Amino acid sequence: MNEVDLNETSVRDFNGQLHALDEQSNALAWRALNPAGRHCLAVGLDAPCEVTIAGHAGYYCAGMNSQATVVVEGNAGVGCAENMMSGHVHVKGDVSQSAGATAHGGLLVVDGNASARCGISMKGIDIVVKGSIGPMSAFMAQAGRLVVLGDAGDALGDSIYEAQIFVRGDVKGLGADCVEKVMRDEHALALRELLKAANVDDSISPEEFRRFGSSRSLYNFHVDNAGAY
Amino acid sequence: MKSGDIPRTVPRQSATFDPYTMSEIRRAAATGIYDIRGGGAKRSVPHFDDLLFLGASISRYPLEGYREKCATNVTLGTRFASKPIELDIPITIAGMSFGSLSAQAKEALGRGATIAGTSTTTGDGGMTPEERGHSKKLVYQYLPSRYGMNPADLRKADAIEVVVGQGAKPGGGGMLLGQKISDRVAEMRTLPKGIDQRSACRHPDWTGPDDLEIKIQELREITGWEKPIFIKIGATRPYYDVALAVKSGADVVVLDGMQGGTAATQDVFIEHVGIPILSAIRPAVQSLQDLGMHRKVQLVVSGGIRNGADVAKALAMGADAVSIGTAALVALGDNDPKYEKEYQELGSTAGAYDDWHEGQDPAGITTQNPDLSARLDPVAAGRRLANYLAVLTLEAQTIARACGKSHVRNLEPEDLVALTVEAAAMARVPLAGTSWIPGATTF
Ligand SMILES: Cc1cc2nc3c(=O)[nH]c(=O)nc-3n(C[C@H](O)[C@H](O)[C@H](O)COP(=O)(O)O)c2cc1C
Repeated sequence: MNEVDLNETSVRDFNGQLHALDEQSNALAWRALNPAGRHCLAVGLDAPCEVTIAGHAGYYCAGMNSQATVVVEGNAGVGCAENMMSGHVHVKGDVSQSAGATAHGGLLVVDGNASARCGISMKGIDIVVKGSIGPMSAFMAQAGRLVVLGDAGDALGDSIYEAQIFVRGDVKGLGADCVEKVMRDEHALALRELLKAANVDDSISPEEFRRFGSSRSLYNFHVDNAGAY
Repeated sequence: MKSGDIPRTVPRQSATFDPYTMSEIRRAAATGIYDIRGGGAKRSVPHFDDLLFLGASISRYPLEGYREKCATNVTLGTRFASKPIELDIPITIAGMSFGSLSAQAKEALGRGATIAGTSTTTGDGGMTPEERGHSKKLVYQYLPSRYGMNPADLRKADAIEVVVGQGAKPGGGGMLLGQKISDRVAEMRTLPKGIDQRSACRHPDWTGPDDLEIKIQELREITGWEKPIFIKIGATRPYYDVALAVKSGADVVVLDGMQGGTAATQDVFIEHVGIPILSAIRPAVQSLQDLGMHRKVQLVVSGGIRNGADVAKALAMGADAVSIGTAALVALGDNDPKYEKEYQELGSTAGAYDDWHEGQDPAGITTQNPDLSARLDPVAAGRRLANYLAVLTLEAQTIARACGKSHVRNLEPEDLVALTVEAAAMARVPLAGTSWIPGATTF
């Protein structure tokens, strides 16, 4: 285990050390002490390493991650795991806005709540939020899955494309073109796998969730839909 | 008099309801949807043509054409990047997406720019291997949609351009209609095939200059602080936007005026939002000067650049380089009269064809149709672009020498006068034959 004290090592040096890793490196486990909400921690990783942030992280923690596992023991700021390609990001506290924004792959698990625009423009990532999410989440979400154990804020899935949303609690309101869909066996099965991967308690079953997605009525312009744009 | 003998007035078209306007009303009434098209503002707005160079005579002396050196190189990204980009000429190729353009057109842009010693730019849709392979210097656009955005391509880029806005549609997002969402385009953008796609107009994970500063830090961290970071803005409030871009940590500001082209945007947006580039350069330069950042943060301007005189005028007003979109496409072969018959079949005519969003471009440039795009030979088209860039450069040098400058960058506002009161006020140079700069000096 490599320990880095961010009161002594700059974010630049810390990230630089992580960028130097590859699968052959023999020290793939890292722990960053005193993160103190610093921005851009563990961004752009591209090796199968495991990085623990021992406290709160600022903006864009684990941004553009590939392969790596990043664990934040506290809260994370705006854009956590934004544009992640692969790997695993686990935040034990809450996350701010735009968590998992535009991400193509990997798994983001938030033990607490996520603020507005969670999963905005997501392009293939799986996001599991154990608490609730704020408004405008999954806005223009293109692909991937957003799973919420708590409630979802207003305008959920506005202008959504092919992403899927599963919510266990209340939904304050759906955005344009987002509708509730039937939860078929195949969806429940896939959801069960995902809940397992996110270490969700066994007592929570896929049947407790409702599924949402695109009605695809705004995919091509039509005059009678003008009001929805 | 018999009624047949009364002289009649000739039929008179309304200046307000002119034939184009009336045709647009009929089109709107028939379809219920706004007009979408490619290209830039088509109406006449104050432009570089309204400026003249004074040249040298007794009080200034010129350099000998072709003999005395007049350099054209420019370095972009000297502020923070450890690897700034060095260009032989101060003319770059603007960001145009694969999707809006065919793969052949993107390759041709790369080839032409590389021969000319300059850079080209990706667009809303990601980086293709063709354009990376054929562009010695490639700027990677980072847009609100983040279509195809991935860290591997980010690392392959020579510079990163954070796109906040575009001159054709400041405050608007991109559009790509179903006809152009081919399998490859759909896959690169993670979208269903054939949908009418509208890109976001705001970035998904930052709002405002304080966030942008952190976003830029992230981009630099991921790429090891090597690559210049450009910020592209549509010309609206250039003084403030440039100041905020500098505050956010830009190495280079790209300023795009309302005449700037677009692949597909509502006509009402193209013609009515944003300001002409002529009116935007001086406030932008003033902003840099007030911050002590002129020439430290480079300014690249675009929007209706057509010839070496436009290049020279933009530089004289304080820009470090210019960028071209539409003119580059024309050099490749866009709107070529040799396809007149086909333009007519599409209800247009060579020179006016702007239905780029429909993907039926006879010249094979703004299309994803394999038969049409195969018409464009990337090698020959790249050569034409290189030739055209050489002419722009020679013309700008000709003017710079005539003004006694050994580097095109040394052109200055003092070399310019304006033909109209409007242009004098906007460019902040005197009306020709006077010392009057409206708004700055008394008549
Ligand atoms: C076909 C086409 C596609 C474009 N695509 C983009 C784009 O993806 N991103 C962007 O920032 N600007 C885009 N632009 C705008 C250009 O980058 C540039 O700002 C503009 O073309 C400059 O003005 P000019 O066309 O008068 O030279 C596009 C322009 C054209 C003509």
